[in-house]
Amino acid sequence: MKRQLATALPTVLFSASMLILSATPWAADPAAGAAGWLKEYPQADGSKPRSCTTCHGRDLTQPGQHANTGKVIEPLAPSVNPQRLTDAAKIEKWLRRNCRWTIGRECTADEKADFIAYIKTQ
Amino acid sequence: MSPYRFKSVLTLLVTGTLAVSSAHLAFADDDDDDHERGKDDWFESRQAPVVNATYSEECGSCHMAYQPGLLPPQAWARIMTSDALIDHYGDDASLSEELRAEISAFLAANATNVSQQMIPGDASNPGATSGGLPRITASAEFKDEHDEIPARLVTGNPEVNSFSQCNACHQKAAEGNYDERWIDIPGHGPWRD
Repeated sequence: MKRQLATALPTVLFSASMLILSATPWAADPAAGAAGWLKEYPQADGSKPRSCTTCHGRDLTQPGQHANTGKVIEPLAPSVNPQRLTDAAKIEKWLRRNCRWTIGRECTADEKADFIAYIKTQ
Repeated sequence: MSPYRFKSVLTLLVTGTLAVSSAHLAFADDDDDDHERGKDDWFESRQAPVVNATYSEECGSCHMAYQPGLLPPQAWARIMTSDALIDHYGDDASLSEELRAEISAFLAANATNVSQQMIPGDASNPGATSGGLPRITASAEFKDEHDEIPARLVTGNPEVNSFSQCNACHQKAAEGNYDERWIDIPGHGPWRD
């Protein structure tokens, strides 16, 4: 019995790690997310270049401000705003809208994972 | 529609609304200016509060959730099409079909039916207004209420920026109260006309 467990344990651990890996086939990279966060995108319509910081700012523990309306945006950092990254539908909605508005296209799954990984570290 | 017909419709509505709002009227009586302005202005200064949680959450996360009564149903319908939401006055405000349907129904049910004049621009030519979408600030009523305010206090005022920021000056705009007593223009103070 003991021997069976000893041989079975590495197999179980290996399978478990594969499960986690297969759930995230891309490697979410906080550093790439941070770089993408700061990157400025020129706008075809002649308006000012945009980046994520245009509305959210550079410090995610601080509030941001909507570029057009001036409305305060609560901090994105989960460390000061535990409600962040708790609602999958909200995450999808805002990434869809904000990627289109800022970059001019929807973000890829990799880019989105990187942004989330970065925000999680803040 | 002539201004006189518009006023008579307003008067009818005011008569109905006064009955449930006598408390506010008592306050308004203290304000000499309200006496001079008359009941039509008093009616326009009050909007039914926004009472749909989805609307408040989805639209209010970027800007003040404008009271549905500030535009007629035709205008809200144009604003709320899927295509229009993708380019929402220069922003992307796209919604899931489920949320779009819920908010559209709320706006349609609570829009103003007071006057066709509230349709900004030429109603027979929907593309005529700036940006293609109706604007509360482009309505004749809005312009009439704000035409004496110098641009420097609004568009030239970094704390206001635009006439669309109702709550920058109207301290109780979010509650639907546009009464003159609650105006405080940043850097300027109260406004009396």
